Amino acid sequence: MSAPRLRTTPLPGIGVQYDLVTREQRHLSVVAHRDGARTVSFYGADDPDSCAQSLRLSGAEAGSLIDALKPSHHSASLLYTTDLGLVAERIEVAATSRWNGRVLGDTRMRTETGASIVAVLRRAEAIPSPTPDFRLAGGDTLIVIGTREGVDAAAAIIGRE
Amino acid sequence: MHSAVLLIEFGSIILALGLLGRFAARFRLSPIPLYLLAGLAFGEGGLLPLGASEEFVATGAEIGVILLLLMLGLEYSASDLVSNLKAHYPSGLVDCALNALPGAAAALLLGWGPVAAVVLAGVTWISSSGVIAKVLGDLGRVGNRETPVILSVLVLEDLAMAVYLPIVTALVAGAGLAAGSLTLAIALGAAGLVLFAAVRYGRVISRFVSSDDPEKLLLVVLGLTILVAGVAQQLQVSAAVGAFLVGIALSGEAAEGAHTLLSPLRDLFAAVFFVFFGLHTDPASIPPVLLPALALAVVTAATKIATGYWAAKRAGIPVKGRWRTGGALVARGEFSIVIAGLAVTAGIEPSLGPLATAYVLLLVVLGPLTARYTEPLAAWWARHRATRGETPEPVAETRAQTPVGD
Repeated sequence: MSAPRLRTTPLPGIGVQYDLVTREQRHLSVVAHRDGARTVSFYGADDPDSCAQSLRLSGAEAGSLIDALKPSHHSASLLYTTDLGLVAERIEVAATSRWNGRVLGDTRMRTETGASIVAVLRRAEAIPSPTPDFRLAGGDTLIVIGTREGVDAAAAIIGRE
Repeated sequence: MHSAVLLIEFGSIILALGLLGRFAARFRLSPIPLYLLAGLAFGEGGLLPLGASEEFVATGAEIGVILLLLMLGLEYSASDLVSNLKAHYPSGLVDCALNALPGAAAALLLGWGPVAAVVLAGVTWISSSGVIAKVLGDLGRVGNRETPVILSVLVLEDLAMAVYLPIVTALVAGAGLAAGSLTLAIALGAAGLVLFAAVRYGRVISRFVSSDDPEKLLLVVLGLTILVAGVAQQLQVSAAVGAFLVGIALSGEAAEGAHTLLSPLRDLFAAVFFVFFGLHTDPASIPPVLLPALALAVVTAATKIATGYWAAKRAGIPVKGRWRTGGALVARGEFSIVIAGLAVTAGIEPSLGPLATAYVLLLVVLGPLTARYTEPLAAWWARHRATRGETPEPVAETRAQTPVGD
Protein backbone atom coordinates (compact mmCIF):
# COMPACT_ATOMS: atom_id res chain seq x y z
CA MET A 1 0.00 0.00 0.00
CA SER A 2 1.40 3.39 -0.96
CA ALA A 3 1.78 6.14 1.62
CA PRO A 4 -1.19 8.51 1.77
CA ARG A 5 -0.67 11.88 0.14
CA LEU A 6 -0.58 14.94 2.35
CA ARG A 7 -2.17 18.01 0.81
CA THR A 8 -0.06 21.12 1.39
CA THR A 9 -1.40 24.66 1.62
CA PRO A 10 0.93 27.63 2.10
CA LEU A 11 -0.20 30.02 4.84
CA PRO A 12 1.67 33.23 4.09
CA GLY A 13 3.12 34.75 7.22
CA ILE A 14 2.40 31.65 9.30
CA GLY A 15 3.91 28.61 7.59
CA VAL A 16 2.61 25.58 5.74
CA GLN A 17 -0.44 23.44 6.39
CA TYR A 18 -0.45 19.67 5.76
CA ASP A 19 -3.79 17.90 5.55
CA LEU A 20 -4.42 14.19 5.89
CA VAL A 21 -7.68 12.34 5.41
CA THR A 22 -7.46 8.92 7.06
CA ARG A 23 -8.95 5.67 5.75
CA GLU A 24 -11.84 6.22 8.13
CA GLN A 25 -12.49 9.56 6.40
CA ARG A 26 -11.39 11.55 9.45
CA HIS A 27 -9.54 14.72 8.66
CA LEU A 28 -6.55 16.07 10.54
CA SER A 29 -4.05 18.77 9.73
CA VAL A 30 -0.65 19.90 10.91
CA VAL A 31 0.38 23.54 10.55
CA ALA A 32 4.16 23.90 10.49
CA HIS A 33 4.96 27.33 11.92
CA ARG A 34 8.16 28.94 10.84
CA ASP A 35 9.53 29.10 14.37
CA GLY A 36 9.46 25.30 14.61
CA ALA A 37 6.17 25.11 16.51
CA ARG A 38 3.41 22.86 15.18
CA THR A 39 -0.36 23.14 15.45
CA VAL A 40 -2.17 19.82 15.18
CA SER A 41 -5.88 20.12 14.46
CA PHE A 42 -8.72 17.63 14.25
CA TYR A 43 -11.96 18.35 12.44
CA GLY A 44 -15.42 17.48 13.63
CA ALA A 45 -17.98 15.78 11.45
CA ASP A 46 -20.56 18.56 11.93
CA ASP A 47 -18.42 21.35 10.47
CA PRO A 48 -15.65 19.90 8.31
CA ASP A 49 -14.06 23.33 7.87
CA SER A 50 -13.34 24.27 11.44
CA CYS A 51 -11.07 22.65 13.96
CA ALA A 52 -12.92 20.75 16.65
CA GLN A 53 -9.68 20.45 18.59
CA SER A 54 -6.43 22.27 18.05
CA LEU A 55 -3.14 21.76 19.89
CA ARG A 56 -0.05 23.91 19.69
CA LEU A 57 3.21 22.00 20.19
CA SER A 58 6.69 23.43 20.59
CA GLY A 59 9.41 22.08 18.31
CA ALA A 60 10.72 19.78 21.04
CA GLU A 61 7.24 18.47 21.88
CA ALA A 62 6.58 17.83 18.21
CA GLY A 63 9.88 15.90 18.04
CA SER A 64 8.86 13.63 20.91
CA LEU A 65 5.46 13.09 19.34
CA ILE A 66 7.05 12.14 16.03
CA ASP A 67 9.10 9.51 17.84
CA ALA A 68 5.99 8.09 19.45
CA LEU A 69 4.18 8.02 16.10
CA LYS A 70 6.90 6.09 14.27
CA PRO A 71 5.80 2.52 13.53
CA SER A 72 9.26 1.23 14.49
CA HIS A 73 9.23 3.16 17.74
CA HIS A 74 10.46 1.75 21.06
CA SER A 75 11.79 4.62 23.07
CA ALA A 76 12.95 8.13 22.37
CA SER A 77 16.45 7.56 23.70
CA LEU A 78 17.02 4.25 21.91
CA LEU A 79 20.24 4.12 19.91
CA TYR A 80 20.44 0.57 18.68
CA THR A 81 18.85 -2.85 19.08
CA THR A 82 20.66 -6.09 18.37
CA ASP A 83 18.98 -9.35 17.45
CA LEU A 84 20.51 -10.78 20.63
CA GLY A 85 18.07 -8.96 22.90
CA LEU A 86 20.51 -6.21 23.84
CA VAL A 87 19.68 -2.53 23.56
CA ALA A 88 21.80 0.60 23.65
CA GLU A 89 20.26 3.75 25.07
CA ARG A 90 21.28 7.24 26.06
CA ILE A 91 20.35 8.23 29.62
CA GLU A 92 20.79 11.79 30.78
CA VAL A 93 22.01 12.69 34.28
CA ALA A 94 19.73 15.51 35.46
CA ALA A 95 21.18 18.40 37.43
CA THR A 96 18.85 17.35 40.26
CA SER A 97 20.05 13.73 40.15
CA ARG A 98 21.61 12.37 43.35
CA TRP A 99 24.62 11.27 41.30
CA ASN A 100 25.49 14.79 40.19
CA GLY A 101 29.07 15.22 41.51
CA ARG A 102 29.43 11.65 42.77
CA VAL A 103 31.57 8.91 41.28
CA LEU A 104 30.26 6.23 38.96
CA GLY A 105 31.15 3.40 41.39
CA ASP A 106 28.58 4.75 43.88
CA THR A 107 25.73 3.92 41.51
CA ARG A 108 26.60 0.17 41.66
CA MET A 109 25.00 0.06 38.28
CA ARG A 110 26.55 -3.07 36.85
CA THR A 111 26.02 -5.03 40.09
CA GLU A 112 22.39 -4.01 40.34
CA THR A 113 21.31 -4.13 36.71
CA GLY A 114 23.89 -5.96 34.65
CA ALA A 115 23.94 -3.03 32.23
CA SER A 116 27.25 -1.45 31.19
CA ILE A 117 28.06 2.21 30.76
CA VAL A 118 30.21 2.21 27.65
CA ALA A 119 30.68 5.96 27.30
CA VAL A 120 29.79 9.32 28.79
CA LEU A 121 28.96 12.27 26.53
CA ARG A 122 29.94 15.54 28.16
CA ARG A 123 29.43 18.79 26.19
CA ALA A 124 31.24 18.19 22.89
CA GLU A 125 33.37 15.20 23.86
CA ALA A 126 32.76 11.51 24.48
CA ILE A 127 34.61 9.69 27.28
CA PRO A 128 34.81 5.99 26.43
CA SER A 129 34.74 3.23 29.11
CA PRO A 130 34.45 5.42 32.23
CA THR A 131 36.09 3.80 35.30
CA PRO A 132 34.29 3.43 38.69
CA ASP A 133 36.13 6.54 39.99
CA PHE A 134 34.75 8.68 37.13
CA ARG A 135 32.87 11.67 38.62
CA LEU A 136 29.47 12.29 37.07
CA ALA A 137 28.03 15.77 36.50
CA GLY A 138 24.56 17.06 35.75
CA GLY A 139 24.01 17.25 32.00
CA ASP A 140 26.14 14.18 31.23
CA THR A 141 24.62 11.63 28.89
CA LEU A 142 25.46 7.98 29.59
CA ILE A 143 25.49 5.43 26.79
CA VAL A 144 24.21 2.26 28.43
CA ILE A 145 24.10 -1.24 26.93
CA GLY A 146 22.24 -4.17 28.43
CA THR A 147 19.05 -6.18 28.28
CA ARG A 148 15.80 -4.21 27.97
CA GLU A 149 15.07 -4.77 31.67
CA GLY A 150 18.64 -3.96 32.68
CA VAL A 151 18.69 -0.65 30.81
CA ASP A 152 15.29 0.34 32.21
CA ALA A 153 16.59 -0.40 35.74
CA ALA A 154 19.71 1.64 35.00
CA ALA A 155 17.55 4.57 33.90
CA ALA A 156 15.59 4.29 37.16
CA ILE A 157 18.83 4.39 39.20
CA ILE A 158 20.18 7.41 37.32
CA GLY A 159 16.83 9.15 37.67
CA ARG A 160 16.93 9.07 41.50
CA GLU A 161 16.75 12.53 42.96
CA MET B 1 22.43 66.36 33.85
CA HIS B 2 20.44 66.33 30.64
CA SER B 3 21.38 62.71 29.94
CA ALA B 4 20.30 61.60 33.41
CA VAL B 5 16.86 63.11 32.90
CA LEU B 6 16.64 61.45 29.49
CA LEU B 7 17.56 58.06 30.93
CA ILE B 8 15.07 58.42 33.76
CA GLU B 9 12.25 59.48 31.46
CA PHE B 10 12.95 56.90 28.77
CA GLY B 11 13.44 54.16 31.32
CA SER B 12 10.14 55.02 32.98
CA ILE B 13 8.36 54.88 29.62
CA ILE B 14 9.78 51.47 28.71
CA LEU B 15 9.11 50.08 32.19
CA ALA B 16 5.54 51.37 32.12
CA LEU B 17 5.05 49.74 28.72
CA GLY B 18 6.38 46.44 30.00
CA LEU B 19 4.01 46.48 32.96
CA LEU B 20 1.10 47.45 30.68
CA GLY B 21 2.02 44.59 28.36
CA ARG B 22 1.85 42.14 31.26
CA PHE B 23 -1.50 43.58 32.26
CA ALA B 24 -2.75 43.16 28.68
CA ALA B 25 -1.52 39.57 28.50
CA ARG B 26 -3.47 38.74 31.66
CA PHE B 27 -6.69 39.80 29.96
CA ARG B 28 -5.62 38.35 26.59
CA LEU B 29 -5.81 41.80 25.03
CA SER B 30 -3.53 43.19 22.39
CA PRO B 31 -1.12 45.59 24.10
CA ILE B 32 -1.46 48.18 21.30
CA PRO B 33 -4.41 50.07 22.83
CA LEU B 34 -2.65 50.27 26.18
CA TYR B 35 0.51 51.68 24.57
CA LEU B 36 -1.61 54.32 22.83
CA LEU B 37 -3.31 55.18 26.10
CA ALA B 38 0.08 55.40 27.82
CA GLY B 39 1.17 57.91 25.18
CA LEU B 40 -2.01 59.90 25.71
CA ALA B 41 -1.42 59.91 29.45
CA PHE B 42 2.13 61.26 29.17
CA GLY B 43 1.97 63.75 26.32
CA GLU B 44 0.70 67.28 25.84
CA GLY B 45 -2.34 67.88 27.98
CA GLY B 46 -1.66 64.62 29.79
CA LEU B 47 -0.52 63.93 33.32
CA LEU B 48 3.22 64.21 32.82
CA PRO B 49 4.59 66.22 29.92
CA LEU B 50 7.90 64.75 28.80
CA GLY B 51 10.72 67.10 28.04
CA ALA B 52 14.16 65.66 27.50
CA SER B 53 13.31 62.37 25.86
CA GLU B 54 10.89 63.81 23.31
CA GLU B 55 13.45 63.88 20.51
CA PHE B 56 14.78 60.44 21.33
CA VAL B 57 11.27 58.99 21.37
CA ALA B 58 10.60 60.62 17.99
CA THR B 59 13.63 58.89 16.45
CA GLY B 60 12.66 55.63 18.14
CA ALA B 61 9.19 55.95 16.66
CA GLU B 62 10.61 56.33 13.15
CA ILE B 63 12.72 53.22 13.65
CA GLY B 64 9.61 51.50 14.99
CA VAL B 65 7.70 52.13 11.76
CA ILE B 66 10.67 50.95 9.70
CA LEU B 67 10.97 47.74 11.72
CA LEU B 68 7.21 47.08 11.61
CA LEU B 69 7.27 47.21 7.83
CA LEU B 70 10.53 45.29 7.53
CA MET B 71 9.12 42.44 9.59
CA LEU B 72 5.96 42.50 7.50
CA GLY B 73 8.10 42.12 4.39
CA LEU B 74 10.08 39.30 6.00
CA GLU B 75 6.84 37.40 6.67
CA TYR B 76 6.21 37.00 2.96
CA SER B 77 8.32 35.74 0.16
CA ALA B 78 8.07 37.52 -3.16
CA SER B 79 6.51 34.45 -4.75
CA ASP B 80 3.82 34.47 -2.00
CA LEU B 81 2.93 38.00 -2.98
CA VAL B 82 2.91 37.42 -6.71
CA SER B 83 0.86 34.21 -6.54
CA ASN B 84 -1.61 35.83 -4.12
CA LEU B 85 -1.97 38.83 -6.37
CA LYS B 86 -2.75 36.62 -9.34
CA ALA B 87 -5.23 34.40 -7.50
CA HIS B 88 -7.07 36.84 -5.26
CA TYR B 89 -6.93 40.31 -6.78
CA PRO B 90 -10.76 40.57 -6.98
CA SER B 91 -10.98 40.10 -3.20
CA GLY B 92 -8.34 42.79 -2.82
CA LEU B 93 -10.31 45.20 -4.97
CA VAL B 94 -13.55 44.51 -3.08
CA ASP B 95 -11.67 44.95 0.20
CA CYS B 96 -10.31 48.30 -0.96
CA ALA B 97 -13.68 49.54 -2.26
CA LEU B 98 -15.72 48.49 0.77
CA ASN B 99 -13.30 49.59 3.47
CA ALA B 100 -11.34 52.53 2.08
CA LEU B 101 -14.38 54.43 0.80
CA PRO B 102 -16.14 54.78 4.20
CA GLY B 103 -12.98 56.36 5.61
CA ALA B 104 -12.66 58.76 2.70
CA ALA B 105 -16.37 59.61 2.86
CA ALA B 106 -16.16 60.28 6.60
CA ALA B 107 -13.26 62.71 6.13
CA LEU B 108 -15.11 64.55 3.38
CA LEU B 109 -18.31 64.70 5.47
CA LEU B 110 -16.32 66.18 8.35
CA GLY B 111 -15.02 68.75 5.88
CA TRP B 112 -11.36 67.81 6.20
CA GLY B 113 -10.50 68.01 2.53
CA PRO B 114 -9.16 65.47 0.02
CA VAL B 115 -5.72 64.82 1.55
CA ALA B 116 -7.19 63.82 4.90
CA ALA B 117 -9.73 61.72 3.01
CA VAL B 118 -6.96 59.67 1.37
CA VAL B 119 -5.25 59.22 4.75
CA LEU B 120 -8.41 58.17 6.58
CA ALA B 121 -9.23 55.77 3.72
CA GLY B 122 -6.00 53.95 4.49
CA VAL B 123 -6.71 53.95 8.23
CA THR B 124 -10.04 52.16 7.73
CA TRP B 125 -8.81 49.92 4.92
CA ILE B 126 -5.79 48.06 6.31
CA SER B 127 -6.50 45.31 8.84
CA SER B 128 -3.99 44.40 11.51
CA SER B 129 -2.20 41.23 10.43
CA GLY B 130 -0.50 41.04 13.83
CA VAL B 131 -3.69 41.10 15.87
CA ILE B 132 -5.51 38.78 13.45
CA ALA B 133 -2.77 36.15 13.38
CA LYS B 134 -2.75 36.13 17.18
CA VAL B 135 -6.54 35.84 17.39
CA LEU B 136 -6.58 32.92 14.94
CA GLY B 137 -4.01 31.16 17.09
CA ASP B 138 -5.90 31.86 20.32
CA LEU B 139 -9.18 30.58 18.88
CA GLY B 140 -7.49 27.44 17.50
CA ARG B 141 -8.46 28.32 13.95
CA VAL B 142 -5.05 28.23 12.31
CA GLY B 143 -5.99 24.95 10.63
CA ASN B 144 -9.42 26.07 9.50
CA ARG B 145 -10.31 25.97 5.84
CA GLU B 146 -11.04 29.69 5.66
CA THR B 147 -7.67 30.70 7.14
CA PRO B 148 -5.85 30.84 3.77
CA VAL B 149 -8.57 33.24 2.55
CA ILE B 150 -8.09 35.50 5.57
CA LEU B 151 -4.36 35.49 5.05
CA SER B 152 -4.65 36.20 1.33
CA VAL B 153 -6.71 39.32 2.04
CA LEU B 154 -4.06 40.45 4.53
CA VAL B 155 -1.25 39.78 2.05
CA LEU B 156 -2.96 41.86 -0.61
CA GLU B 157 -3.49 44.73 1.84
CA ASP B 158 0.16 44.66 2.77
CA LEU B 159 1.14 44.65 -0.88
CA ALA B 160 -1.27 47.52 -1.53
CA MET B 161 0.48 49.50 1.21
CA ALA B 162 3.63 49.49 -0.90
CA VAL B 163 1.70 51.52 -3.47
CA TYR B 164 -0.48 53.46 -1.07
CA LEU B 165 2.15 54.76 1.36
CA PRO B 166 4.15 56.65 -1.30
CA ILE B 167 0.93 58.31 -2.48
CA VAL B 168 0.12 59.44 1.06
CA THR B 169 3.69 60.57 1.64
CA ALA B 170 3.57 62.70 -1.50
CA LEU B 171 0.13 64.12 -0.65
CA VAL B 172 0.91 65.10 2.94
CA ALA B 173 4.18 66.66 1.78
CA GLY B 174 1.98 68.92 -0.33
CA ALA B 175 3.52 67.76 -3.59
CA GLY B 176 1.82 68.92 -6.76
CA LEU B 177 0.41 66.58 -9.36
CA ALA B 178 3.63 66.37 -11.36
CA ALA B 179 5.89 65.78 -8.36
CA GLY B 180 3.37 63.38 -6.88
CA SER B 181 3.15 61.37 -10.08
CA LEU B 182 6.94 61.20 -10.29
CA THR B 183 7.14 59.93 -6.70
CA LEU B 184 4.51 57.34 -7.41
CA ALA B 185 6.31 56.25 -10.57
CA ILE B 186 9.56 55.89 -8.61
CA ALA B 187 7.79 53.92 -5.88
CA LEU B 188 6.01 51.61 -8.29
CA GLY B 189 9.18 51.14 -10.32
CA ALA B 190 11.17 50.33 -7.19
CA ALA B 191 8.49 47.95 -5.89
CA GLY B 192 8.26 46.19 -9.25
CA LEU B 193 12.03 45.98 -9.53
CA VAL B 194 12.42 44.58 -6.02
CA LEU B 195 9.66 42.01 -6.55
CA PHE B 196 11.21 40.93 -9.85
CA ALA B 197 14.72 40.82 -8.36
CA ALA B 198 13.48 38.93 -5.30
CA VAL B 199 11.71 36.32 -7.40
CA ARG B 200 14.66 35.91 -9.75
CA TYR B 201 17.70 36.59 -7.55
CA GLY B 202 16.33 36.29 -4.01
CA ARG B 203 18.87 33.61 -3.20
CA VAL B 204 21.79 35.78 -4.27
CA ILE B 205 20.62 38.76 -2.20
CA SER B 206 20.03 36.55 0.80
CA ARG B 207 23.44 34.92 0.44
CA PHE B 208 25.04 38.36 0.49
CA VAL B 209 23.23 39.23 3.73
CA SER B 210 23.25 35.79 5.32
CA SER B 211 25.75 35.13 8.06
CA ASP B 212 26.17 32.30 10.55
CA ASP B 213 26.99 34.82 13.23
CA PRO B 214 23.82 36.41 14.63
CA GLU B 215 25.62 39.61 15.54
CA LYS B 216 26.79 40.29 11.99
CA LEU B 217 23.44 39.30 10.50
CA LEU B 218 21.67 41.71 12.84
CA LEU B 219 23.98 44.59 11.99
CA VAL B 220 23.89 43.96 8.24
CA VAL B 221 20.10 43.62 8.04
CA LEU B 222 19.40 46.54 10.35
CA GLY B 223 21.95 48.77 8.65
CA LEU B 224 20.76 47.89 5.17
CA THR B 225 17.12 48.45 6.11
CA ILE B 226 17.63 51.82 7.77
CA LEU B 227 19.88 52.94 4.90
CA VAL B 228 17.35 51.94 2.24
CA ALA B 229 14.57 53.53 4.29
CA GLY B 230 16.55 56.75 4.49
CA VAL B 231 17.21 56.76 0.74
CA ALA B 232 13.52 56.08 0.10
CA GLN B 233 12.60 58.98 2.36
CA GLN B 234 15.07 61.20 0.49
CA LEU B 235 13.38 60.27 -2.79
CA GLN B 236 10.06 61.25 -1.16
CA VAL B 237 8.88 57.65 -1.46
CA SER B 238 8.34 56.87 2.27
CA ALA B 239 10.83 55.21 4.56
CA ALA B 240 8.32 52.52 5.50
CA VAL B 241 8.01 51.29 1.92
CA GLY B 242 11.80 51.10 1.56
CA ALA B 243 11.94 48.90 4.66
CA PHE B 244 9.06 46.75 3.41
CA LEU B 245 10.84 46.14 0.11
CA VAL B 246 14.04 45.13 1.93
CA GLY B 247 11.96 42.61 3.85
CA ILE B 248 10.50 41.24 0.63
CA ALA B 249 13.90 40.96 -1.02
CA LEU B 250 15.30 38.85 1.81
CA SER B 251 14.23 35.24 1.77
CA GLY B 252 15.26 31.82 2.99
CA GLU B 253 17.75 31.53 5.82
CA ALA B 254 18.57 35.22 5.97
CA ALA B 255 14.89 36.05 6.45
CA GLU B 256 14.41 33.34 9.09
CA GLY B 257 17.45 34.51 11.03
CA ALA B 258 16.60 38.18 10.73
CA HIS B 259 13.06 37.43 11.83
CA THR B 260 14.11 35.84 15.13
CA LEU B 261 16.79 38.47 15.78
CA LEU B 262 14.70 41.52 14.98
CA SER B 263 11.44 40.47 16.67
CA PRO B 264 12.44 41.81 20.11
CA LEU B 265 13.76 45.04 18.56
CA ARG B 266 10.55 45.46 16.59
CA ASP B 267 8.50 44.95 19.75
CA LEU B 268 10.50 47.61 21.59
CA PHE B 269 10.49 50.28 18.91
CA ALA B 270 6.93 49.61 17.77
CA ALA B 271 5.81 50.15 21.36
CA VAL B 272 7.79 53.40 21.39
CA PHE B 273 6.05 54.38 18.15
CA PHE B 274 2.58 53.84 19.61
CA VAL B 275 3.54 55.91 22.64
CA PHE B 276 4.92 58.62 20.39
CA PHE B 277 1.66 58.72 18.47
CA GLY B 278 -0.24 59.00 21.73
CA LEU B 279 2.12 61.73 22.94
CA HIS B 280 1.19 63.88 19.97
CA THR B 281 -2.50 63.47 20.60
CA ASP B 282 -4.09 65.71 23.18
CA PRO B 283 -6.48 63.58 25.30
CA ALA B 284 -8.87 66.54 25.42
CA SER B 285 -9.26 66.34 21.63
CA ILE B 286 -10.65 62.81 21.71
CA PRO B 287 -14.18 63.29 23.16
CA PRO B 288 -15.31 65.57 20.28
CA VAL B 289 -14.36 62.92 17.68
CA LEU B 290 -15.66 59.97 19.69
CA LEU B 291 -19.02 59.82 17.91
CA PRO B 292 -17.60 59.91 14.36
CA ALA B 293 -15.01 57.31 15.42
CA LEU B 294 -17.72 55.05 16.80
CA ALA B 295 -19.89 55.42 13.69
CA LEU B 296 -16.88 54.75 11.47
CA ALA B 297 -15.92 51.71 13.56
CA VAL B 298 -19.40 50.22 13.30
CA VAL B 299 -19.67 50.86 9.54
CA THR B 300 -16.20 49.55 8.71
CA ALA B 301 -16.61 46.52 10.98
CA ALA B 302 -19.70 45.67 8.91
CA THR B 303 -17.92 46.31 5.59
CA LYS B 304 -14.96 44.13 6.66
CA ILE B 305 -17.35 41.32 7.54
CA ALA B 306 -18.95 41.73 4.12
CA THR B 307 -15.51 41.70 2.49
CA GLY B 308 -14.55 38.49 4.26
CA TYR B 309 -17.87 36.89 3.44
CA TRP B 310 -17.45 37.74 -0.24
CA ALA B 311 -13.82 36.60 -0.41
CA ALA B 312 -14.63 33.29 1.27
CA LYS B 313 -17.64 32.75 -0.98
CA ARG B 314 -15.40 33.30 -3.97
CA ALA B 315 -13.02 30.66 -2.61
CA GLY B 316 -15.90 28.17 -2.38
CA ILE B 317 -16.16 28.10 1.40
CA PRO B 318 -19.54 27.28 3.02
CA VAL B 319 -21.62 29.85 4.88
CA LYS B 320 -20.21 29.28 8.37
CA GLY B 321 -16.66 29.75 7.20
CA ARG B 322 -17.68 32.92 5.34
CA TRP B 323 -18.95 34.53 8.53
CA ARG B 324 -15.81 33.44 10.36
CA THR B 325 -13.65 34.98 7.64
CA GLY B 326 -15.50 38.28 7.89
CA GLY B 327 -15.40 38.39 11.67
CA ALA B 328 -11.69 37.65 11.77
CA LEU B 329 -10.79 40.52 9.46
CA VAL B 330 -12.35 43.32 11.53
CA ALA B 331 -9.36 44.22 13.74
CA ARG B 332 -7.41 47.32 12.73
CA GLY B 333 -4.20 48.16 14.50
CA GLU B 334 -0.59 49.02 13.93
CA PHE B 335 -0.80 49.94 10.25
CA SER B 336 -3.76 52.26 10.71
CA ILE B 337 -1.65 54.10 13.26
CA VAL B 338 1.36 54.10 10.91
CA ILE B 339 -0.76 55.71 8.19
CA ALA B 340 -2.33 58.23 10.57
CA GLY B 341 1.15 58.95 11.93
CA LEU B 342 2.28 60.18 8.50
CA ALA B 343 -0.49 62.76 8.53
CA VAL B 344 0.03 63.74 12.16
CA THR B 345 3.75 64.45 11.77
CA ALA B 346 3.02 66.46 8.62
CA GLY B 347 0.40 68.49 10.50
CA ILE B 348 -2.61 67.72 8.31
CA GLU B 349 -6.03 68.14 9.96
CA PRO B 350 -5.52 68.29 13.76
CA SER B 351 -8.54 66.10 14.54
CA LEU B 352 -7.29 63.24 12.36
CA GLY B 353 -4.88 61.87 14.95
CA PRO B 354 -7.46 61.73 17.75
CA LEU B 355 -10.04 60.19 15.42
CA ALA B 356 -7.59 57.49 14.26
CA THR B 357 -6.59 56.84 17.88
CA ALA B 358 -10.18 56.40 19.03
CA TYR B 359 -11.01 54.32 15.94
CA VAL B 360 -8.09 51.91 16.43
CA LEU B 361 -8.77 51.67 20.18
CA LEU B 362 -12.33 50.63 19.39
CA LEU B 363 -11.54 48.11 16.66
CA VAL B 364 -8.48 46.54 18.23
CA VAL B 365 -10.73 45.62 21.17
CA LEU B 366 -13.76 44.78 19.03
CA GLY B 367 -11.86 42.75 16.41
CA PRO B 368 -11.14 39.67 18.55
CA LEU B 369 -14.80 39.69 19.67
CA THR B 370 -16.17 39.78 16.12
CA ALA B 371 -13.74 37.02 15.18
CA ARG B 372 -15.21 34.88 17.95
CA TYR B 373 -18.93 35.67 17.75
CA THR B 374 -19.83 36.64 14.17
CA GLU B 375 -20.48 33.06 13.09
CA PRO B 376 -22.60 31.97 16.11
CA LEU B 377 -24.62 35.20 15.85
CA ALA B 378 -25.18 34.70 12.13
CA ALA B 379 -26.28 31.11 12.75
CA TRP B 380 -28.61 32.21 15.56
CA TRP B 381 -30.11 34.92 13.35
CA ALA B 382 -30.64 32.46 10.51
CA ARG B 383 -32.43 30.03 12.85
CA HIS B 384 -34.42 32.86 14.35
CA ARG B 385 -35.63 33.85 10.90
CA ALA B 386 -36.30 30.25 9.99
CA THR B 387 -38.60 29.78 13.00
CA ARG B 388 -40.50 32.89 11.93
CA GLY B 389 -41.12 31.11 8.65
CA GLU B 390 -39.04 33.33 6.38
CA THR B 391 -36.54 32.06 3.88
CA PRO B 392 -33.59 30.85 5.95
CA GLU B 393 -29.96 30.98 5.01
CA PRO B 394 -28.67 27.47 4.57
CA VAL B 395 -26.92 26.82 7.85
CA ALA B 396 -25.41 23.48 8.78
CA GLU B 397 -26.31 21.56 11.93
CA THR B 398 -25.78 23.56 15.10
CA ARG B 399 -22.62 22.97 17.02
CA ALA B 400 -22.70 21.49 20.48
CA GLN B 401 -21.09 24.69 21.80
CA THR B 402 -24.03 26.90 20.94
CA PRO B 403 -27.05 25.44 22.71
CA VAL B 404 -30.38 26.11 21.06
CA GLY B 405 -33.03 27.62 23.29
CA ASP B 406 -36.07 25.64 22.18
